[in-house]
Amino acid sequence: MTDVGRHPNIKLLTLSEVVDVSGYVGNFTAKILKKSRYVDEKECTACGECAKVCPVLRPDEFNVGLSSRRAIYIPFPQAVPASYVINANECLGYNPAVCSKCIDACTKKCIHFHMSDEEIEENIGSIIVATGFDLYEPKELEEYGYTRFENVLTSMEFERLVNAGGPTQGHIIRPTDRKPPKSIGFIQCVGSRSLKKGGAYCSNICCMNTIKSTLVLKEHDPDIDIKVFYIDIRAFGKGFEDLYMRSRKLCVNYIKGLPGSIYELPDHRLRVAVENANTAKIEQYDLDMLVLAIGLKPSATTRKLQEMLGLQLTSDGFFLEAHPKLQPVDAATRGIFFAGCAEAPKDIKDSVTQASAAAGRAIRLMHKGEITIEPITSEVIASQCKSCGICVEVCPYNAIVVDRQQKTPAQINTAACAGCGTCAAECPFGAIVMNHFTDAQITKQIDVLLQKDTKEKILTFACNWCSYAGADYAGVSRLQYPANIRIIRTMCSGRVDESFIWHAFKKGAPVVLVSGCHIGDCHYINANHWTEKRLVKIWKKMEKMGLRQERLQLAWISAAEGIRFAETMKHMERLRQSVTTEEIGQTIEILNKIS
Amino acid sequence: MIKDQHALKEGTGFKSVSTLPRIGVYVCRCGLNIAQTVNCAKTAQAAQKLNGVVIAKDIGYACSEPGQHEIKSDIEKLGLNRIVIGSCSPRLHELTFRKMLQSVKLNPYLLEMANLREQCSWVHMTDKEGATQKAIDLIEMAVFRSSLLQPLYENTVPLTKRTLIIGGGVAGIQAALDLADNGYEVILVEKKPSIGGNMAQLDKTFPTMDCSI
Repeated sequence: MTDVGRHPNIKLLTLSEVVDVSGYVGNFTAKILKKSRYVDEKECTACGECAKVCPVLRPDEFNVGLSSRRAIYIPFPQAVPASYVINANECLGYNPAVCSKCIDACTKKCIHFHMSDEEIEENIGSIIVATGFDLYEPKELEEYGYTRFENVLTSMEFERLVNAGGPTQGHIIRPTDRKPPKSIGFIQCVGSRSLKKGGAYCSNICCMNTIKSTLVLKEHDPDIDIKVFYIDIRAFGKGFEDLYMRSRKLCVNYIKGLPGSIYELPDHRLRVAVENANTAKIEQYDLDMLVLAIGLKPSATTRKLQEMLGLQLTSDGFFLEAHPKLQPVDAATRGIFFAGCAEAPKDIKDSVTQASAAAGRAIRLMHKGEITIEPITSEVIASQCKSCGICVEVCPYNAIVVDRQQKTPAQINTAACAGCGTCAAECPFGAIVMNHFTDAQITKQIDVLLQKDTKEKILTFACNWCSYAGADYAGVSRLQYPANIRIIRTMCSGRVDESFIWHAFKKGAPVVLVSGCHIGDCHYINANHWTEKRLVKIWKKMEKMGLRQERLQLAWISAAEGIRFAETMKHMERLRQSVTTEEIGQTIEILNKIS
Repeated sequence: MIKDQHALKEGTGFKSVSTLPRIGVYVCRCGLNIAQTVNCAKTAQAAQKLNGVVIAKDIGYACSEPGQHEIKSDIEKLGLNRIVIGSCSPRLHELTFRKMLQSVKLNPYLLEMANLREQCSWVHMTDKEGATQKAIDLIEMAVFRSSLLQPLYENTVPLTKRTLIIGGGVAGIQAALDLADNGYEVILVEKKPSIGGNMAQLDKTFPTMDCSI
């Protein structure tokens, strides 16, 4: 940790949050809000004189509220930067009439109340998302009595209790009487592997963390009675099984089954009732203390970052990697990588491994000092452009300029163009060509797929990043759906031109599905808003023409939603079966009359 | 997404493709992943009849070294200028096959893939006939699309050799040090007053039982 603070190549911004990221791979610009510390971190020597005089007492977050700190404090002794910080919301404020005790006490004169928040702009080539996890809050599991019974602790609270730097200097005490417990129970999978409350996934670290805690406890007191209530013990990593065996040899009692209820006895001990799966009996234990092995959940910042960076999430709410085996630290967005629990719960070793991998991937991307941009970008046919400016309006990247007064044709900055194709779809004059996904290429695909057994076919447009990936995920999961689906891939659903849909119906398509990323998740910032607007417009036209609107469907399917994809396909098939040959004939007639 | 060292620029000796499309179609069996559901030989036979197709065959593992070698030697021998590969998802191997084209001086954007595994054989396992018909259709769509493909050339732009790391826990710290020790500038952003994250709160850590900080 101290290496980070000292390293000449690392600019460390604490109390800071990324508020905006723009640009593209190789050339991002990040806006960072650095909140004021009110203490000059370079001058502060962490002598602690200020905190001694501070009159404000608050629960210490680092010790999960098991001890207190002042309004001016250092988070923990080894903090980096090794500097005190003032919580401005708690401080009485720099008003000599009220309090300015810390300023008087500081011999270095490094406390400054006039500091204000700064907005910093940084140009960067790559981004590593390492936002970690939040701990599961077990209050909602009422049967375990957390906060109702003082002697029920979370694993993090226990961790602070056994820590030599913690509130009890490492002495394990029972909260109600502050005496060393004679017996202690651990309940596993609290907030993990549950379909009802918490996460459905395994939090990965809790089994080993509990095993570690049992060893620490036995070191403190070899006679302590320890019971671990579990579903399965997952000791799969290198050296893990050894540790588990050591714990068992020390007579830690592993009981297969999660407690159904916990009652507090008059002497504050806890009565645990559990169905032991090994004996098939309801068993009852009276224990001095209970520790809930709480699971990990996605960091609260995940959703905001996901929208800011155009990333994807799994159904668990952690970040989704580009490929689970071949690109496990890459995001689908080029130039962005994941490290640690942001991607999924993992232990320290795996976090470190993944972090090194992410750094390696970032170096691989950056080492040449230049980057090649995929040529899947749009192009203006100057002779057809009427300078109307619609393309400028719809481009999510501000990559198009046009001078409407001078009537000069639109120009596209190909370095900024990300290739969604929304401009090509929206251009009323057909003056924009989307390279590699041209009108001619896509129309040809439609023609071919509808040339035989037309009435049986289901035409689906799928965007590369979400719904096409969702279809792949359905495949990887072996989810079965009808075989008459034919998918046409576009980079973004924003590329799906109105003319493609009319063309398909004119060719006799019974139904058409347009699918893309969920609103807010679009890989191209917000291009799918235009998809939605376009479809609404087409539905209105269909209504006027007397066509059944439901034959054109819109679905948002993420890369992780294989089940949703398969279900959507089944729904489309039911819909297709409702379309008769006569209806298709009428549609063709109506559309031919118009054009 | 060509990320390797051979940047693809205009006028760097790629074969001219102004002549009529000469398409090679390869239906990958992917061991049994595709072949156990889709009749790959039949699919290739159907493709052989299509306009512009010079050669169509089924192949064991298109992505493997022998598979790629076979396709490359066909490109050279038969003067193919469009390649259609029916195999796994393009999200998996499009880059592999683009590189393959590039290695025999064919513009990599003259490749078209048909997704016969994730979006066909794996999702229609009980409907072999339907899956084969779908494979035939998907290949045909890809063949006709491929004949309209144009060579494309990449743009090179300068890049900023700096990395933003969001989060100063154990992962962020490790990534920052690895990058910084390799000479890259790092901006490490942490929302709390100190780095260390959840790890700093731990006492001993498994499996070695040493301190976290």
